[in-house]
Amino acid sequence: MGWLNAVIQGLLLGGLYALFATGLSLMFGVMRIVNLAHGDLAVVASFLALALVSGTGLPLWVVLVVTVPLFAVLGYLTQRVLLQRSLSSGPLATLLVTFGLSIVLQNVLLEVFSADTRTLDGGSFATGSFELNGSISIGYLSLATFVLACAVLVGIQLFLSRTGLGRMLRASSDDRETANLVGADSRHVYGIATAIAFATVALAGLMFAMRSSFDPATGPSRLIFAFEAVVIGGLGSLWGTLIGGIVLGVTQSLGSQIDPALTLLAGHLVFLAVLAFRPQGLIAGRTA
Amino acid sequence: MTLLSIRDLTVHHGQLCAVDGLSLELRKGEVLAIIGANGAGKSTLLRALAGLNAPTSGSIQLNGRDITRLPAHRRVSEGIALVPEGRRLFRSLTVEENLLTGAYRGRPGPWTVARVYELFPWMPERRRQNASQLSGGEQQSVAIGRALLANPDLLLIDELSLGLAPVIVRRIYEILPGIVGAGTTALIVEQDVSQAMRVADRVHCLLEGRSVLEGRPRDLTAEQVEHAYFGIGEALPAGSAREGHD
Repeated sequence: MGWLNAVIQGLLLGGLYALFATGLSLMFGVMRIVNLAHGDLAVVASFLALALVSGTGLPLWVVLVVTVPLFAVLGYLTQRVLLQRSLSSGPLATLLVTFGLSIVLQNVLLEVFSADTRTLDGGSFATGSFELNGSISIGYLSLATFVLACAVLVGIQLFLSRTGLGRMLRASSDDRETANLVGADSRHVYGIATAIAFATVALAGLMFAMRSSFDPATGPSRLIFAFEAVVIGGLGSLWGTLIGGIVLGVTQSLGSQIDPALTLLAGHLVFLAVLAFRPQGLIAGRTA
Repeated sequence: MTLLSIRDLTVHHGQLCAVDGLSLELRKGEVLAIIGANGAGKSTLLRALAGLNAPTSGSIQLNGRDITRLPAHRRVSEGIALVPEGRRLFRSLTVEENLLTGAYRGRPGPWTVARVYELFPWMPERRRQNASQLSGGEQQSVAIGRALLANPDLLLIDELSLGLAPVIVRRIYEILPGIVGAGTTALIVEQDVSQAMRVADRVHCLLEGRSVLEGRPRDLTAEQVEHAYFGIGEALPAGSAREGHD
């Protein structure tokens, strides 16, 4: 039964990976921006929540409700002020800008919070669990994260398919110039896409912070999970990202069942196998 | 009443001067066809009108308002819609979603999705299909429908016949009177001269970015058009080459 437990835990972890990877996928899908600061943004959200909790004493759920919209606004501004300028200079420029942003964020965090390793204390909710049977127990936090991740992905999917602005996001992803022709201001559309990306990465960052420790240099090692989930699932498909996240989570969990030192390596190996044998990803699609 | 007024418009395409000091006027409810050989500046002119290419000098007025410097997405609200060369449908969107993108700005007017479906009766049953699965002629119809849903005062159509069978082209052009009847003015760019002469109230022939011949199709002889089109003969018919002189 240990194996079944590993699969279930991996599945739940995969939801979080998917939530984390969505923003990366969305920004690439709509603007062709590879955001190398994606992992660091999640860590910034973690530290921000930590500072808010210790500074104001507000309960964690309030901090969560504040941080996510704040990141959405931050995302919109980052796109309009920083990334939009670099877009016209070609893909290499945006790559350099996000790389620079990553380094700046890491060093600012180091300056403000020191290099100490922290965790976000989620209280009994974060450590509590219920038993399914003798050998399988499911943590409340893992389950809540998984449900939340799925809900967010469904929400984004509905936004993209049902609303005029969401439709325009997809249209801009297909053909920016023609989207301008039908009346889309691409700067605004891009801002919205980045806002969604930042909001989801903040949410994922908070979930990460409650389940494992973090420090200012954690970002890049998180980023690789997002890349792996996106590539395994297939670039540009939200459901592909979910599948990719779950495959990654289950693989890591099964790897650790064999040998705890194998956890990350198992994930990387599956990622490499997908790159080698099915480079378009498990689900090849373009919804965003 | 004048809808569109272009004065001394010069547009560069990189180093090349694609439109060279062009002036023209378009009255409400008119169909004007721009004809000319490859590279005469027809498409660049339409792109400049839609706001995709910034003019070097000159001015564009729509309904008496200067729109020379407005970006493309703002011109949609002002009442300009372009059916781009090569259709340019959003390939990951369905037929209906493609149409709906045209209504994004929500400009009031007679055109609704239902009305576009009346115009193209085959469309409703294929509305959930991906736009990339349609034939060229069907794609062109969707592209026209998408532009109409912006409820434009001025509809720009770029190379409608490109890559389509003549019978399909004729069928699509048959809907033009209905569109103009609903209050839209049309400026079409067409390489197929005989087709352009059939549907237009007035034609302009461009040569190297300048208008070398202008008039109503029935007033022009085939020879005049041929000479203007290919730039043969120094002496163009008097009065027709107003904008052609340096």
